[in-house]
Amino acid sequence: MSVASKKFIHKHAGHCESGVMSTMLSHHGLAMSEPMAFGLSSALSFAYLPFVKLAGMPLIAYRSIPKAIIKGLQKNIGVKMKIETFSNQQKGQERLDVLLEEGKIVGAQTSVFWLPYLPEEMRFHFNGHNLLVYGKEASTYKISDPVFEHVVEASEQEFLKARFARGVMAPKGAIYYPTFVPENIDYASVVPKAVKAVAKRMLKTPVPIAGLKGMRYLAKNIRNLESKDRRYARLFLGHIVRMQEEIGTGGAGFRYIYASFLQESGKILDNETLLEASEMMTAVGDSWREFALLIAKSIRSKKSETVDFDAIAKKLESIADEEALVYQKMLTAF
Amino acid sequence: MKAQEVPQDDNSTYHGEKRAVYATTKDGDYGVVASSGWDVEAEATQQAVAELQRLADEAYAACETGKCSPLEYHMYAKRLDLLSLSQATGLFQWRIKRHFNVKNFNKLSDKLLDRYADVMGITISELKKLPQKES
Repeated sequence: MSVASKKFIHKHAGHCESGVMSTMLSHHGLAMSEPMAFGLSSALSFAYLPFVKLAGMPLIAYRSIPKAIIKGLQKNIGVKMKIETFSNQQKGQERLDVLLEEGKIVGAQTSVFWLPYLPEEMRFHFNGHNLLVYGKEASTYKISDPVFEHVVEASEQEFLKARFARGVMAPKGAIYYPTFVPENIDYASVVPKAVKAVAKRMLKTPVPIAGLKGMRYLAKNIRNLESKDRRYARLFLGHIVRMQEEIGTGGAGFRYIYASFLQESGKILDNETLLEASEMMTAVGDSWREFALLIAKSIRSKKSETVDFDAIAKKLESIADEEALVYQKMLTAF
Repeated sequence: MKAQEVPQDDNSTYHGEKRAVYATTKDGDYGVVASSGWDVEAEATQQAVAELQRLADEAYAACETGKCSPLEYHMYAKRLDLLSLSQATGLFQWRIKRHFNVKNFNKLSDKLLDRYADVMGITISELKKLPQKES
């Protein structure tokens, strides 16, 4: 693959991992939008894991686990990726520099906290961030971070710190690049598989913490906040909104990205049902935004006023019902 | 969400940056719209930042009176908590808790102090004291 002479084009994306994969594959000649990368890897999900704590708050995820998009694309469209991790920081840096000198663009997993270009308020200890390194000048890395509108930079030292942050999901300097990129995608066979996988996961996951059951479980927990400490209750609600809207969801906890994927697929395959499902998913996204607004209003209000936990829980339950219809629709599309 | 409904609330937390949001044109076609922020999201972010600030401030006050070691202050100031500090350093939580005690903290070896300082990105001498209070 000779890409050394190719000019790198940065793309602004909603989510880091799908953004990286979309830009990377497009760079290697397989044009792919971010929603397509997200959709073909069946990345849409919901999980509420009260026993996994993130900064003292339970994990609420609107998508599948980190690296699932990279792995999903390998499985579904036959891309082959090489992922390298390092126990030695120096070696990790040298390897990245060698790859860059070869003219490769390289994906990297990093911590969010140590990225110097990120606004102060956005820096939290989260190790699952993804970005692309497209060059190095002197001791400065040229970085294409998909969640930024423009390209950014980091010094050798800063970037090393971000790549080798420790803790949960420690990146261990992980870098990745494709070793094989197919010339085209057989949408007619890949899309149905990817779409059905999401619908089934959301409708039928047997454990109560994932899929639509996870949403209902979260709703139940919101009702239980009534008896909890006020400060904790407000923080918990604010946490839900952050997980849904902050950095890298493309809005409404990935529901809009997925609606965009359904639309693109519907057009490619000339499938009316997918287009309808896309519109329904857009409406679901709007409902998630209303849900966030409802929470914001309740945590904004003065401390003396009581929060209507039941109304918030009801809203979430109605979204679960609404989503169920979309997934049922998706199952009838093929 | 329609493109013209994408919030442009100029979130201070973005520092002038923009976020990609997926929205539809008036023909219903999806695309990326750069958003300068949404108040709802900004409030949630600020709430989380304020909570960590509150914990750091409390620890600062306690450290000033010798009730806890500077380690506890620096932990919150660097947006860590007992769990994440334990995960990042590989030390047991009960052991870290012991180091919140001034007496125990003062006895720590440079090697152990460096383990803390490293994950926080500060020097050992910075870790050993409280920073000057911002006025």
